[in-house]
Amino acid sequence: MLDAKGLTLWRGYQCLFEQLNFAVSAGSALLLRGANGSGKTTLLRVVCGLTRPETGEVRWQGRDLQRERAQLGQVIAYSGHQTGLKSDLSLAQNLRFAARLCGQGDDAWQALLEPLGLAASTQLDVRLLSAGQQRRAALVRTLISPAPLWVMDEPLANLDAAGRAYVLAAVDRHLADGGIALLAVHEEIELSAPSKTLLLGETA
Amino acid sequence: MSTLGLAAAVLRRDLALAYRRWGDVASPVMFFAIVSSLFPLALSPQRDVLQLLGPGVLWIAALLSMLLSLNALFRQDLEDGSMEQLAIGPQSLPAVMLAKAAAHWLVAGLPLILLAPLLAVTYHLPGSGVTALCLTLLLGTPTLSLLGSVGAALTAGVRQSGGLLALLVLPLCLPVLIFGARGTALAADGEVISGPLYLLAAFAVLAASLVPFASAAAIRISLD
Repeated sequence: MLDAKGLTLWRGYQCLFEQLNFAVSAGSALLLRGANGSGKTTLLRVVCGLTRPETGEVRWQGRDLQRERAQLGQVIAYSGHQTGLKSDLSLAQNLRFAARLCGQGDDAWQALLEPLGLAASTQLDVRLLSAGQQRRAALVRTLISPAPLWVMDEPLANLDAAGRAYVLAAVDRHLADGGIALLAVHEEIELSAPSKTLLLGETA
Repeated sequence: MSTLGLAAAVLRRDLALAYRRWGDVASPVMFFAIVSSLFPLALSPQRDVLQLLGPGVLWIAALLSMLLSLNALFRQDLEDGSMEQLAIGPQSLPAVMLAKAAAHWLVAGLPLILLAPLLAVTYHLPGSGVTALCLTLLLGTPTLSLLGSVGAALTAGVRQSGGLLALLVLPLCLPVLIFGARGTALAADGEVISGPLYLLAAFAVLAASLVPFASAAAIRISLD
């Protein structure tokens, strides 16, 4: 279970959110919605511990996610705007590194290439892949991670219809396995698991 | 994943990247070679003048050449999001930083040491001076990579950070420069230089054990 208490964050002279609370229980998703610039990405980065909030804390199973990072183990799989792939290395080199980072073997990612349509591109440099293919490759990292909490920033961007369906199905599977997902989305999406929506930018 | 395995994986990835972008790696080394061969041309070809200036000039050229490649140390990692991925997990960020500094030394420091004997000859340094130059560079350049990595981590998010990086890092590098250049000059005069060598080694050990923690804190600031 993930819960946030009293999060306040200012960016420059703009208050993005003040005393924000939310809780997500295992097996459900939280959808972040709001206009461009309303702080969706920033909130996701706060959850990941990349951005420090002015006040408040994010807790995982009741323990401070930021302070006990090392003890909690692999909690978060983050897929942000940037893919986190090295454009000058091949897809296989990138995924091997990603797999090693989260303690998985080579076969974990190789099985995922076929359904994602990347099987023919493993030896290509990532900079030669299209934006959609890079997004799919970044998705592989989330899929192989053992982390129970998926934090995804516009996971459907750049993807075609098949890619979107694959992502949503993967999120559903993850939730059915008792995981938690935090998604910042613009589109209307259909999840079979229970989900809550958090609207940002509307000053309550 | 063990901390050692993490460091090894990051080191291997950075070396693979350097191999793919060998032009970026070669230009600071060429800079070192060209700058240090400009001095004999511009000053005087006299043997005793060159012998006097050689150690200092070679050391300054090595320092500036290493500074040149520092700018890019974390820039790409920050832009493509791979540093975020390393910073989110339970992995030890200082270990990542140590591996990054080690990779920087291997591609920006080690080639200088291999090239230094050749350039030392143009300054008429005697055999003892050439040996001392290589030894002081071998012990001193790792410290430069480490100190530079803190500056690079702090300025990674800043645009046009080259000047700022130099202002931050160069003053910290002064002790290494002093003992490196003076040690080489003393050895060229036939003196025993175990003192400066021990000091440079102590700097390197101190930097390797403390600096990664500072760079990890600095990169967290840059990621914010």
